[in-house]
Amino acid sequence: MIDAQAPFDLKASSFTFPTLYLRGSDLDRLAEGLASRVEQAPDFFRNTPVVIDLSKIPGLAVELPTLVGILRGCGMVPVALRGGDREQQQAAEMLELAILADGRGASREERPPREAEPATPPVPAESARLNSVLVTKPVRSGQRIYAAGGDLVVVAPISSGAELMADGHIHIYGALRGRALAGVQGNEQARIFCRDLRAELVSVAGRYRLSEDLGANNVGRAVQIYLAGDRLVIEKM
Amino acid sequence: MARIIVVTSGKGGVGKTTTAAAMAMGLALRGHRTVVIDFDVGLRNLDLIMGCERRVVYDFVNVINGEANLHQALIKDKRCEKLFVLPASQTKDKDSLTKEGVGRVLAELAEGFDYIICDSPAGIEHGATMAMYYADDAIVVTNPEVSSVRDSDRMLGILSSRSRRAELADEPIREFLLLTRYSPTRVAAGEMLSVEDVQEILALDLLGVIPESEAVLNASNSGVPVILNDKSEAGQAYADLVGRYLGEKLPHRFLEVPKKGLLSRLFKG
Repeated sequence: MIDAQAPFDLKASSFTFPTLYLRGSDLDRLAEGLASRVEQAPDFFRNTPVVIDLSKIPGLAVELPTLVGILRGCGMVPVALRGGDREQQQAAEMLELAILADGRGASREERPPREAEPATPPVPAESARLNSVLVTKPVRSGQRIYAAGGDLVVVAPISSGAELMADGHIHIYGALRGRALAGVQGNEQARIFCRDLRAELVSVAGRYRLSEDLGANNVGRAVQIYLAGDRLVIEKM
Repeated sequence: MARIIVVTSGKGGVGKTTTAAAMAMGLALRGHRTVVIDFDVGLRNLDLIMGCERRVVYDFVNVINGEANLHQALIKDKRCEKLFVLPASQTKDKDSLTKEGVGRVLAELAEGFDYIICDSPAGIEHGATMAMYYADDAIVVTNPEVSSVRDSDRMLGILSSRSRRAELADEPIREFLLLTRYSPTRVAAGEMLSVEDVQEILALDLLGVIPESEAVLNASNSGVPVILNDKSEAGQAYADLVGRYLGEKLPHRFLEVPKKGLLSRLFKG
């Protein structure tokens, strides 16, 4: 897929940026606190990209240009804004800050505040659930269902000749007579859970077993199917 | 407003046309104005089974193409005045069935009839998809053997994705299972899938079970829908099916091995 002739490669990368969570709109106090913090570890903050997060103080007016000025004065490089209202986001655009999606703000508020500590951006380990697909009608021969980026839950039978695919887990609460492929993008942690195993083929992250290799003891049983190393394990539940 | 019923299966030779003819006659005998349409362009059979093959002048494709009007093409049944047949063309290409044309004819029929029964050709090609496209209800005709069950399953998938109701995200087509050519003796001998087996695989409401019967072949040969033969088990089973379709609670009959057969098996064993 990599084209040696292409002038660039555009790829997604993830970085850890400190995030400044504002807890009030008093910028003078913030400037003081920040200055003393920077004094303790000037090298750490020099030219450090910083994300400004307003999600904890919705509705409070914050003078964004002043705030950006304070941060720059401390040697930091404000790069993005998270949260804030429309006006604040417009102001951020004027200041050439990126606008980050206001994700996971709710769960963050539950945590005890750790002021201005470099925060690790959340790793989207559980985000797969958001894309899960629920199927309540029988999946017929010739039909294919793919849960992209998430789990697939089916509460109906899967006919032979039908195919289920998911980037995450597959849960089947009817008889599985067709094919089920979990972790099709290579997620080796993905599993298949099934109440009545009669599959034509099961696969996790590309490792598969055909119906004749399912093991006579497993057929018709409730099982889970997962990868242990390179081996596809079928285990009764 | 008429209810449009498609009789379909995927697989050929399972009894679609026999069922369409019997069901149409059954509904008409109960006083509902009913028309049955042959969608099997090029391989028409319905007119034979209805016994009106000598009276075909214009056909479904003529009406779609505007070469004849419905009044000219509809054949009134001689046994029941509420029943009409719209025959298929033997000579034209099946691509003459266009979605717009079929829709237009069905809309016109819907004004004058209570039930429109579409006899689908075998397969999942153009004719079959046209027959089911406008349906409100589908009767999936299945023989108790694996290849027929799988084809029905495939057809059910197509019904739920390629019909007008699916495209408009309307209430889905009501799907019913009809088992035909059922032989309790062969089921008992393990040579045939049982009603329970088929129902478990297809997960569908069972509208009826028609026993394997010589009466069906005789009826086809003589052009008399088998439902008119109320002495035969198949005829009675079709009459039950029509009742069940209309909402009556009727037990399924002819599912057990006949008494004599059971006794002889016992003595043999």
